Amino acid sequence: MPATTEPAVGPPGRTVLDARDIARALTRISHEILERNKGHEGLVLLGVPTRGVGLAQRIAARIAETEGVSIPVGALDITLYRDDLRRHPARAPQPTAIPAGGIDGKTVVLVDDVLYSGRTVRAALDALADIGRPAVVRLAVLVDRGHRELPIRADHVGKNLPSARSERVMVRLEETDGLDVVRIADSPDAARPAEEVAR
Amino acid sequence: MKKHLLSSDDLTADDMATLFATAAEMHDVQRREVKKLPALRGRTIINLFFEDSTRTRSSFEIAGKWLSADTINITGKGSSASKGESLRDTVLTIASMGVDAVVMRHGASGAAQQVSQWIDAAVVNAGDGTHEHPTQALLDAYALSRHFGEGDRLGSLEGRHVVLVGDLTHSRVFRSNVITLTRLGARVTVVAPPTLMPAGIASWSSSAGFATSYDLDEVLPTADAVMMLRVQKERMSGGFFPTSREYTVGYGLTRDRLRVLGPEVPICHPGPMNRGLEIAADAADAAQSLILEQVSAGVAVRMSVLYHLLAGEGTA
Repeated sequence: MPATTEPAVGPPGRTVLDARDIARALTRISHEILERNKGHEGLVLLGVPTRGVGLAQRIAARIAETEGVSIPVGALDITLYRDDLRRHPARAPQPTAIPAGGIDGKTVVLVDDVLYSGRTVRAALDALADIGRPAVVRLAVLVDRGHRELPIRADHVGKNLPSARSERVMVRLEETDGLDVVRIADSPDAARPAEEVAR
Repeated sequence: MKKHLLSSDDLTADDMATLFATAAEMHDVQRREVKKLPALRGRTIINLFFEDSTRTRSSFEIAGKWLSADTINITGKGSSASKGESLRDTVLTIASMGVDAVVMRHGASGAAQQVSQWIDAAVVNAGDGTHEHPTQALLDAYALSRHFGEGDRLGSLEGRHVVLVGDLTHSRVFRSNVITLTRLGARVTVVAPPTLMPAGIASWSSSAGFATSYDLDEVLPTADAVMMLRVQKERMSGGFFPTSREYTVGYGLTRDRLRVLGPEVPICHPGPMNRGLEIAADAADAAQSLILEQVSAGVAVRMSVLYHLLAGEGTA
């Protein structure tokens, strides 16, 4: 989704992570993934569109720097697996691209920008089950803002961000929005932040 | 998108682009081991076919099933319609069972439009008489887009010269195709013998911006794609052409014309084909023939249509 404000300015609100913070967080996540996996063997990174894909590519680039190997990166769209499809206007699915080697027997790391209710991750797990059978599935997110509605937790977190439900957490990334920043602001729609519902 | 898909005219160019983008994602499902998406779980779709059909009915059925909807087929023969029940009563009976969508084929032009006024469920026109067949036109355009694209990326039809040949008078596909293709920016020429050119086409062609011709050999060398239409013997009561041999000589995609066309120009046919009449076996089975691609595109496009009509309540 394109940025609604000028790329150089970004969304309003308090900055939680700036470009350097994001870079550091991703570097740390990359190292954590390698450490947890005891190397790069069998790793597949799958980003959840839109912003998770860019994050997955950056993590892969960092792993390539450290290990000198390129690991497979793909995209896993979850639109058709959402449990709230009937509550919202039908949305066109984003591309799903599974790397050539598939995911059977692999360690799949799902990458997303914000972890909130956990419903996106649930949908992603359903989507994965239709595509193959990974040996292990892990979850890496840039921001964990809490308020889980399902028993799901992330394995790798860029920043834990305690937030109120009435707040909006906005992630903007160079690839999709022209700048790297994470901001938090009061939501005009206090009942449920529109941004995360729309994800 | 509107609540129903009754005519190709119901869709804007943006709607078509959205449907194609979704269809491209749905297409990937066909390559998977598990051909199932949960998007329409709990929805019920009735395929109500008062006319014979193999590919359209089965492709709607597969499309619904792969999206996890419950699909039920009712055909004219073997239903209460053959006992003399009126269309309205049949449809109202079905609607009372709580269906979410009715996919309908009927021999009367405008039947789907009529049904959409009687019931709350979404209605998809799967062919009404000689009027329209919007999902066929969508899948034709989508198959061409894939052909003109690179890899899995869809290509543009902007400025491509698409030639439709055959029995235009009795063809519902042709009407939907002309609307869809011109809306997507293609240059369209329709070719038919004067007896199979619909009355009033001159005024429609000038307002819709497509060309007409009686001379296939003149048009063929400039074609970027050729769509052959079936000679609908079952709808012809009068003598529209003297002999089938004469039709083939004038308007069939023969071996000679295939040579003129060259190996790069894609050939489409909505099926079922009359081999040897409107299309030679060499052309139907040629490497550039998209006929089987059209069939697989049909499932993806119909999945996309059903998804966009039924997935979100906000779209209704």
